[in-house]
Amino acid sequence: MVTRSYMSRREVEQQRFSIPVTVLVPVGAVLLQVLLPRVFAGLAILDLPFVVTLFFAISRRSPIAGTATGAAIGLLQDVLTGQPIGVNGMAKSLIGYAGASLGSRIDVENTTTRALLAFGFSLVQSVLLYLIERRLLGIRSFHLLWLHELLRAVANTVLALPVCFLLDRTKHTE
Amino acid sequence: MDFLRQYKNALFLIGILLAQAIALAVQVRRPLDPAQPDGPSVRLIRMWAMNAVTPVERVTHVIGYGAGHAWSDYIDLRHVRQQNKDLQQQLARVRLEEAAIAEDALQGRRLQAMLGFRESYVGSTVAAQVIGASGSEQSHMLTIDKGSSDGLRPDMAVITQDGVVGKLRDVFPSTSQVLEINDQSSGAGVVLASTRIRAILRGTLTGRVQIGNLLADSRIQPGEQVLTSGGDQVYPRGLPVGVVESIAPDPDHQPYTAIRVKPAVDLDRVEEVLVITGTQPDLTPGAQQDLASAAAQHAADLSADRLPGIHDDQTQDAAGGASGAAPATATPPAANAPPVTLRPLPILHPDRYSSGSTPPASEMTPGGANSTQSVQQPRSSQTQAQPEETK
Repeated sequence: MVTRSYMSRREVEQQRFSIPVTVLVPVGAVLLQVLLPRVFAGLAILDLPFVVTLFFAISRRSPIAGTATGAAIGLLQDVLTGQPIGVNGMAKSLIGYAGASLGSRIDVENTTTRALLAFGFSLVQSVLLYLIERRLLGIRSFHLLWLHELLRAVANTVLALPVCFLLDRTKHTE
Repeated sequence: MDFLRQYKNALFLIGILLAQAIALAVQVRRPLDPAQPDGPSVRLIRMWAMNAVTPVERVTHVIGYGAGHAWSDYIDLRHVRQQNKDLQQQLARVRLEEAAIAEDALQGRRLQAMLGFRESYVGSTVAAQVIGASGSEQSHMLTIDKGSSDGLRPDMAVITQDGVVGKLRDVFPSTSQVLEINDQSSGAGVVLASTRIRAILRGTLTGRVQIGNLLADSRIQPGEQVLTSGGDQVYPRGLPVGVVESIAPDPDHQPYTAIRVKPAVDLDRVEEVLVITGTQPDLTPGAQQDLASAAAQHAADLSADRLPGIHDDQTQDAAGGASGAAPATATPPAANAPPVTLRPLPILHPDRYSSGSTPPASEMTPGGANSTQSVQQPRSSQTQAQPEETK
């Protein structure tokens, strides 16, 4: 009998989350993102909804679920800002799809892998937002400050590790 | 069907992206009403989201406000006495400065009235608490706890005692969103205080504030104050916006310069704001009274400085009631004090022309001793010389 390995297909597909976690964690992330800069303005560099989107995408490993989760979180983020609704929605939809696709192919339980994914996808999100603002919306004054985006990627990576560790406890493994 | 089943993930992604792209395309159309940048459906979505998020923001604000004031009102009172003393000194200095410029302000207003200028002063305001922010570096917006039910409307100016914060963008029944001046979609008409150069102030992607439509001008120097010009019909004229921080060529908009402005208000730490709900062509009665009293105070100070001082030790009795000394007033009398009676200086060498030296008419005789050739003595002496009659 073949023993079930850590990366067996069955185990990869069976990570679920309860409905309260599925709803409350993204909403809480968006709320915290709105409230934290009031405490310290520098915390606006963080993107907690992005971290939550990435976690759910790589944990569920379903591209459809990852896309839907990213779209919902991004749209909720857009509604609370003055930006047109859909900017963050489109960016996080793509992040959710790509994260879920990658999560079904590599080991994403490793801390190093998660750190690299968080750093890489944060930069990808910055590029996506640039393309949406500059190409799709035609805002010619929108520029990317690469050093600032690198710092943002590092900050999101530092944030992602403890958040993922906490959210790992909410997984349901069947 | 096999095609759909095989590519369901990619098709789902394309469908989601297409729907959001269409939503974006609908939103970026030029709005029919400039005061309503969002369409009705978008506004409804934003209102639902704000109604869901605002209670949490209010609770968080109340808890944080209470904890913060518990500390500042009871525990952190160590330096209050010295701070009070410093503030009183500062207030006295500001009052002196106000008195000095009040006369110029009144003259300016008289000239404007003569020329038919129409001013726009702050008439009515509504105070509001900041309960939330946008949480994004791409958007600089604040959420306040007052809305249309409190008389707020879009495009109303939002200020603090330090200066301009922004204007109302979206107004919901009980909350509103303030577009700060450092948001990249924000703009305001400004004027440089000393050079009187008019410009347009805009926010940047990095959350800074800059003027970008001016050519290089040697008159513009760092440290120059920037005020609202009133030309945008949003902000009343003369409100402080900030101070020029640096001047550099703008690489994206040659040959214009990028004049960076340091906002007068710390936009990251705004707690309470005032929303200007109404303007009026004249100052409020209280402000007019303050201006008039300050001008009167300044005029009295000038008079006290220019007129010679009168010493207090000159009494009325020494001069016989005919001469006396008005008490020297180092400070002008109050508005409801009795008027000061001025008396002539005391006589050092009395003669026949001095006050009180002429005897009453009942004691005079024609051609008598009281002729002009005789030396008249003051009434107190009682001796009179017999003059020689002249023929």
